[in-house]
Amino acid sequence: MKTIQFREAICEAMSEEMRRDESIYLMGEEVAEYNGAYKASKGMLDEFGAKRVIDTPIAELGFAGIAIGSAMNGNRPIVEYMTFNFSLVGIDQIINNAAKIRQMSGGQFNCPIVFRGPTASAGQLAATHSQAFENWFANTPGLKVVVPSNPADAKGLLKSAIRDNDPVIFMESEQMYGDKGEVPEGEYLIPLGVAEIKRKGTDVTIVSFGKIIKDAYKAAEELAKEGIECEIIDLRTVRPMDHDAILTSVKKTNRLVILEEAWPFGNVATEITYQVQSQAFDYLDAPIVKINTADTPAPYSPELLKEWLPNSDDVVKAVKKVMYRD
Amino acid sequence: MKKITKKTYLDWYENMLFWRKFEDKLAQVYINQKVRGFLHLYNGQEAVLAGALHAMDLTKDKMITAYRNHVQPIGMGVDPKKVMAELYGKATGTSQGLGGSMHIFSKEHRFYGGHGIVGGQIPLGAGLAFGDKYQGNNAVTLCYMGDGAVRQGSLHETFNMAMLWKLPVVFCCENNGYAMGTSVERAANHTDIWKLGLGYEMPCKPVDGMKPEVVAKEMDEAMERARRGEGPTFLEIRTYRYRGHSMSDAQHYRTKEEVAKKQEEDPIDYVLHQIYDKKWATEAEIKEVNKRVKDLVSECEKFAEESPYPDKSVMYDVVYDQDNYPFLPHKL
Ligand SMILES: Cc1ncc(C[n+]2csc(CCOP(=O)(O)OP(=O)(O)O)c2C)c(N)n1
Ligand SMILES: [Mg+2]
Repeated sequence: MKTIQFREAICEAMSEEMRRDESIYLMGEEVAEYNGAYKASKGMLDEFGAKRVIDTPIAELGFAGIAIGSAMNGNRPIVEYMTFNFSLVGIDQIINNAAKIRQMSGGQFNCPIVFRGPTASAGQLAATHSQAFENWFANTPGLKVVVPSNPADAKGLLKSAIRDNDPVIFMESEQMYGDKGEVPEGEYLIPLGVAEIKRKGTDVTIVSFGKIIKDAYKAAEELAKEGIECEIIDLRTVRPMDHDAILTSVKKTNRLVILEEAWPFGNVATEITYQVQSQAFDYLDAPIVKINTADTPAPYSPELLKEWLPNSDDVVKAVKKVMYRD
Repeated sequence: MKKITKKTYLDWYENMLFWRKFEDKLAQVYINQKVRGFLHLYNGQEAVLAGALHAMDLTKDKMITAYRNHVQPIGMGVDPKKVMAELYGKATGTSQGLGGSMHIFSKEHRFYGGHGIVGGQIPLGAGLAFGDKYQGNNAVTLCYMGDGAVRQGSLHETFNMAMLWKLPVVFCCENNGYAMGTSVERAANHTDIWKLGLGYEMPCKPVDGMKPEVVAKEMDEAMERARRGEGPTFLEIRTYRYRGHSMSDAQHYRTKEEVAKKQEEDPIDYVLHQIYDKKWATEAEIKEVNKRVKDLVSECEKFAEESPYPDKSVMYDVVYDQDNYPFLPHKL
């Protein structure tokens, strides 16, 4: 094992894959000469040259479409969005083309492309720069959606995403790029669509994904002091979702809390809630609780933002509620 | 156009200096974490705003820009204390602390934002003009964008419709040399941004953005064309950004020498030279101005510092016009 930053894990995954497959290129704003707005492609221009590590103008619709077109014609692009907030400018190409080309052509064209970049909040960036669209993309048949929470997962999942023949939305976080974690030496892959139990427990299942899962870890530590053992499931892939992992855990703990950094209306947690009540209704000893961001655009002011975001205290409260210990 | 007089220059000096010092103060308090998030400062570009404001009819014309937007509303008449308070996230801010650095708005002073999505404000600017034309307001909208923003599809779609419908809008590209770390040369096959107007037969030209009287003259011509019902103009105003893109920019894409060389053409120094050359003010009088500016900046800081944070309910109150909108709960 070696210890590296999340941004280095992303960089290693892209670089290793680009070494083994000439058809892969990286394209996006500031990815080449600037080494990535968050330095996730540091050194890649030097290694692979300007043909394969390509700076774009600010034209999210155009370069998304150009990348998709090249994917229909033999390339395997990695497109970086500086943040997924800006993917909205290009989302027509993702939803109407990347997700549908295969189906509309009766299976003739694959669309092996990865759109990657940070998602969700990153401090006081206010309404347009603090959004989580995992559920928007996950709602779209034809796409896969991956949201890792640590460097090791990020590397293994990104390599799988790049090798996948279908379009993958791969979502990171500005606030995770500096996170350090142990990563296996040498080559490894983590399959898409497989969740991981990050903490074993018997009392309550907490399902989460992405950087917010750290608040679940923190809550679990707190709760352990009171003798409550949480089982934490990291979805890692939102679509396809590993329902089996969730159901197996819920059948054991009989209680479920879902922590998702996203607006509450029709989000990923809502989907999990539906699946669990329909497939494990008799196992539930308490109504499922989900914790999200407030049902408003993100506020700038620090005091409001604190209220808007979910945190570990909210998780503690939710766990106690489903344990009837509140 | 209003005549450019001694008073114009003295006002320009005081205003531009105030904007500069206001931004410097923000950079300083950012380091103390009073202001958070992104912080895009206007240093170096002051003449673009000063010249434009001279050409505008401040009783009815409108302005809209991107996220580099702290001083434009001040120029339009917004109390700078409120802008500073917004950056502190305080209840007394222009958006009650909801918008922050990138999203300053003032309906009262016809400043329509403050937009964080690159290129997002370009159609909005044309839309403001559409409203004015529709309602017969005889007002003109000044719509700013950066040299990076002109590569967005939104500009091209909007240019076409603005010409087709002869909307009273002046599109003004503030070419400050860079979009983050990407120079104008690296973003396109050509560097004469103003020529983008040609494809739409939109009147267009490059303008020296370091001298407010040059900007004022070109801006006046464009605004009067719009007012006469002859439609939009596209000006590429050539200026320079002294500071990094935002606060965490190591600026490896340019040299210190390049920045220093550009600073030799500093627009505030230029205006001051004009004043001294023409003997419009003594050194003592300029010292007075400098002191007023310094005091006003301190006043803004003090106001922001002492203002309260917004009440939690504001987060919900401002989302919908509807009273008692049934928001979903997000935590217990
Ligand atoms: C749609 C979109 N893409 C990317 C960004 C990130 N971004 C913010 S500012 C910026 C550079 C814009 O440069 P320019 O238009 O020249 O304006 P300047 O910052 O120089 O004033 C970029 C890429 C964004 N905010 N919105
Ligand atoms: Mg620029």
